[in-house]
Amino acid sequence: MVETNTDQFLNIKNVSTAFKINGQYYDAVSNVNLEVKHDEILAIVGESGCGKSTLATTIMGLHDPEETKISGEIDFEGTDLLKLDEKGYNKVRGAKIGMIFQDPLSALNPLKRIEDQIQEVMVYHTKMTEKERHARVIELLNQVGIEDPDRTAHQFPHQLSGGMRQRIIIAIAIACKPDLIIADEPTTALDVTIQAQILDVLRDIQRENHAGIILITHDLGVVAETADRVAVMYAGQIVEQGTASQIFNEPKHPYTRSLLRSMPQRDNESDDLYVIQGMVPSLQKMPKQGDRFAPRIPWIPASAHETEPKMHDIGDNHLVRCTCYKDFYFPDQVKEGAGHESN
Amino acid sequence: MSLIEINDLKVHYPIRGGFWNRIVDNVKAVDGVTFNIEAGETYGLVGESGSGKSTTAKAIIGLEKATAGTVMYNGKDVTKAENRRKLDYNRDVQMIFQDSLSSLNPRKRIEDVIAEPLRNFEHLDKEEEKLRVLQLLDIVGLDADALYKYPHQFSGGQRQRIGVARAVATHPKLIIADEPVSALDLSVQAQVLNFMKKIQRQFGISYLFISHDLGVVRHMCKNIAIMTRGRIVEVGTREDIYNNPMHIYTKRLLAAIPETNVNHREAHRKHRLEIEKIYQEQQATYYDQDGMAFPLVKVSPTHSVALPPELAKKFEQQSESKGVNV
Amino acid sequence: MWKTILRRVLIMIPELIILSILVFLLAKAMPGDPFTGSINPRADPAQIHHLMEIHGLYDPWYQQYWNWVVHLFHGDLGMSYEYQEPVVDLIQQRGANTLWLALFTMVLTYGIGLPLGMYAAHHEGKLQDTLVRVYTYVTMSIPFFVVLVIGIWIFGYALNWFPTSGSVSAQASGLGGTMLSRLDHIILPGLLGALFGTVNIVQYLRSEVIDAKHSDYVRTARSKGVPMKDIYRHHIFRNSLLPIAAFAGYSITGLLGGSIFTEMVFSYPGMGLLFLNAINFRDYTVITALVLLYGFLNLLGTLLSDIVLSIVDPRVRVE
Ligand SMILES: Nc1ncnc2c1ncn2[C@@H]1O[C@H](COP(=O)(O)OP(=O)(O)OP(=O)(O)O)[C@@H](O)[C@H]1O
Ligand SMILES: Nc1ncnc2c1ncn2[C@@H]1O[C@H](COP(=O)(O)OP(=O)(O)OP(=O)(O)O)[C@@H](O)[C@H]1O
Ligand SMILES: [Mg+2]
Ligand SMILES: [Mg+2]
Repeated sequence: MVETNTDQFLNIKNVSTAFKINGQYYDAVSNVNLEVKHDEILAIVGESGCGKSTLATTIMGLHDPEETKISGEIDFEGTDLLKLDEKGYNKVRGAKIGMIFQDPLSALNPLKRIEDQIQEVMVYHTKMTEKERHARVIELLNQVGIEDPDRTAHQFPHQLSGGMRQRIIIAIAIACKPDLIIADEPTTALDVTIQAQILDVLRDIQRENHAGIILITHDLGVVAETADRVAVMYAGQIVEQGTASQIFNEPKHPYTRSLLRSMPQRDNESDDLYVIQGMVPSLQKMPKQGDRFAPRIPWIPASAHETEPKMHDIGDNHLVRCTCYKDFYFPDQVKEGAGHESN
Repeated sequence: MSLIEINDLKVHYPIRGGFWNRIVDNVKAVDGVTFNIEAGETYGLVGESGSGKSTTAKAIIGLEKATAGTVMYNGKDVTKAENRRKLDYNRDVQMIFQDSLSSLNPRKRIEDVIAEPLRNFEHLDKEEEKLRVLQLLDIVGLDADALYKYPHQFSGGQRQRIGVARAVATHPKLIIADEPVSALDLSVQAQVLNFMKKIQRQFGISYLFISHDLGVVRHMCKNIAIMTRGRIVEVGTREDIYNNPMHIYTKRLLAAIPETNVNHREAHRKHRLEIEKIYQEQQATYYDQDGMAFPLVKVSPTHSVALPPELAKKFEQQSESKGVNV
Repeated sequence: MWKTILRRVLIMIPELIILSILVFLLAKAMPGDPFTGSINPRADPAQIHHLMEIHGLYDPWYQQYWNWVVHLFHGDLGMSYEYQEPVVDLIQQRGANTLWLALFTMVLTYGIGLPLGMYAAHHEGKLQDTLVRVYTYVTMSIPFFVVLVIGIWIFGYALNWFPTSGSVSAQASGLGGTMLSRLDHIILPGLLGALFGTVNIVQYLRSEVIDAKHSDYVRTARSKGVPMKDIYRHHIFRNSLLPIAAFAGYSITGLLGGSIFTEMVFSYPGMGLLFLNAINFRDYTVITALVLLYGFLNLLGTLLSDIVLSIVDPRVRVE
């Protein structure tokens, strides 16, 4: 491979994705810059509605061009994905980028056998014969930890449990050994024990194929267990980015710190949990300028925020948006604030 | 005396099959579950998907008919419909569901949603009713203008709180919360959990808190029961369960909780894989031939575990000898 | 799967028995007797009495029912009082006519409806879609018999392209000639029937395809790099045709009952017309036989669609 000398093979530059709502375009993803290297898991975290899935489907080119406006550049192994036509994109999807979706119950065609659904991706990207494809299906099912591959290959989705279906979707995503795997909440619908197994499978596959993984989740525990690097997303923007240890051990941005503090943990057993005031703004209500997180930390004076918040490298590639993190503190009246929300 | 005592509760669903569609077998969704909930406490019921948590909840509240066993409330068995009626049981015991949107009627305004239980159990005139609904909205921290909105006009956390408002409308003694926060974001989850605790302090409500998230359960519950395949495999206080788990199923469940400390990541993973290996090896000994858990054995005054017979004997002898000593 | 089908067939037996009793009692409960109207009103009451006796009309109902069932099994549904022909023969002739018309209509209906529905869905929200939807709305808002009357007036009388009554012309000779003549007689009613029948199919298929288009499994297929046209072929069409295939089993038996409107307007000697006349003349034996047949066809239709569904849908097939 040519790319092996340059580690980073996915470079997202200034990407924005806007949806058309009532004839007007609104940004769901705004000016995102990210890169992914081989052999690394990059986690994207944030509350529901922050634009994580939108970013993922933008990379996959799955948006309806008539309903969305996408700008920027997605440099993937030397080509700008955003300049590809449908035919060119189809050579990338499934072959070089595999995607895993959140809901394993609906992501498989209910009327097709598992075997056919896995083979389909190879039909379009390889010259394998039917026999070779079958062999590969069995190999893949083994790899994702399905106990009886021959039997499962012949079954239909409704005969499998949620955890098994998610494994099938992983098998499809990795069938052609893609360089990049995008996993959008791959374990949200699953039990903790199955979640742990699925994450193991993902990690093993990544080691084997030297793939890069974008792991999208809102579960900070999952991030802490698996991610090499973490990007925290809020209201369509990346607000903090760094290694897992930077994010978990020295979180800087108020949003990151707030999220971490709202998790039930061993050391806050019986106390009230920290609640972030307000909620993620809808696309139409997104603040046009200034720090988008400012309305949710109203006790921090406006002067602490930048008027046009920029990403700042605070050392070792640890990036933080806005300078407000320097003045951020948690209000002492946490307990009174809990359970009350301004509507 | 406990608020409610669940005794050897069983719910079996018939499996129909064969040529004539007769009952050929039973799904033992709940198969002999026993526990008590004290007044004012939060009791945790934990287990993987399909372990029978929701079925237990439904049987307790009377939505599902118990195949066997009793649920004693105020000295009467409320698995019988006439006892439920006599005791006004359905007013004292309310339920909060996992999916707040689908459990709220989309065509009803919030006013009617919250007033519904009031109309069923209390005969208030229009003025009084409205006053009560406003009070309830205030308790759950929603503005009065919520009255005339519809469920879809609220965020997930707000909807879940509306579900809570409805549940507390009749001043219940017990609220059964079936995965109340599983579908919610961290920040919203925090909001709902804090809120549940707040009204517990205020009104002395008891909760049966059902979840598969052990992190949340640790935060909420003093006493916890771990359930699998329709039976309870381990019961104890928070400390018993988290610091001294004894059933392999509990150990495995605990090991699977993601560790938020990135520095111990590898160690934690190793630990989890070890436990998983042990689980696979010892699974056969921890369940009987039918794959069901063994009866619970007391290993300490607060802690009971479904140990295999050989191990159980040891503990029984110990506790007997202790009994002699005391 | 065979077990399921067999069980379904067995369940039909008690249904049929209940159906036949109901039909029989219903026929008995109709006012008037079969001779009023068909016999000279000044006929001797004693003679009528005699006729009634011969036909066993004074027996208790269960005996009459039993006689009827026994005859039924011998392929004897009695004589039509009106046509003075065995009912079985009558139904055979008329049934054949209706069958041709039904098959023709069905082929046309699906032949037009399926492509049209898919076409509309494929171009969801575009001009093509709008045109198809206008067609369905317009057709739906006009009553069926109005379409028939206008159709026969324009193409039958004004343009004289098609015959306006009967099922085969008297001049037709030879096998080929008869076939052609038959076809000639069913083209117009078939077309008009299909025009109407397609509306349901178009609307249903359109919404099925649109749902499928936005489904998660199509998103999965797209992320595999499958071109959209192949996704349509392999995923969307197949999945959305499924409920329609099941419905087809049902609708064929419905068509076999004959369309009363079409047959009336075209004076087409099929089952529908037979039924209408039988009611007019209180032709009990025919009414009873036809109602029974309709009921049976209905049960058969449900059975057929269940079977089709169990063949094409793995969720039903695999149990
Ligand atoms: N097709 C669409 N048209 C209009 N708005 C959309 C569309 N898809 C998403 N949005 C909006 O864009 C924002 C981001 O949505 P997105 O699905 O990317 O969030 P997310 O971070 O993945 O959230 P979740 O954790 O709930 O999956 C939300 O406000 C959402 O309502
Ligand atoms: N109506 C029913 N008929 C037959 N089986 C049922 C029925 N309802 C539940 N079951 C079965 O009973 C078992 C327990 O189900 P239950 O819903 O109580 O599980 P749970 O612990 O609540 O799981 P989850 O975490 O997925 O909600 C499952 O195996 C389920 O398939
Ligand atoms: Mg998402
Ligand atoms: Mg449940």
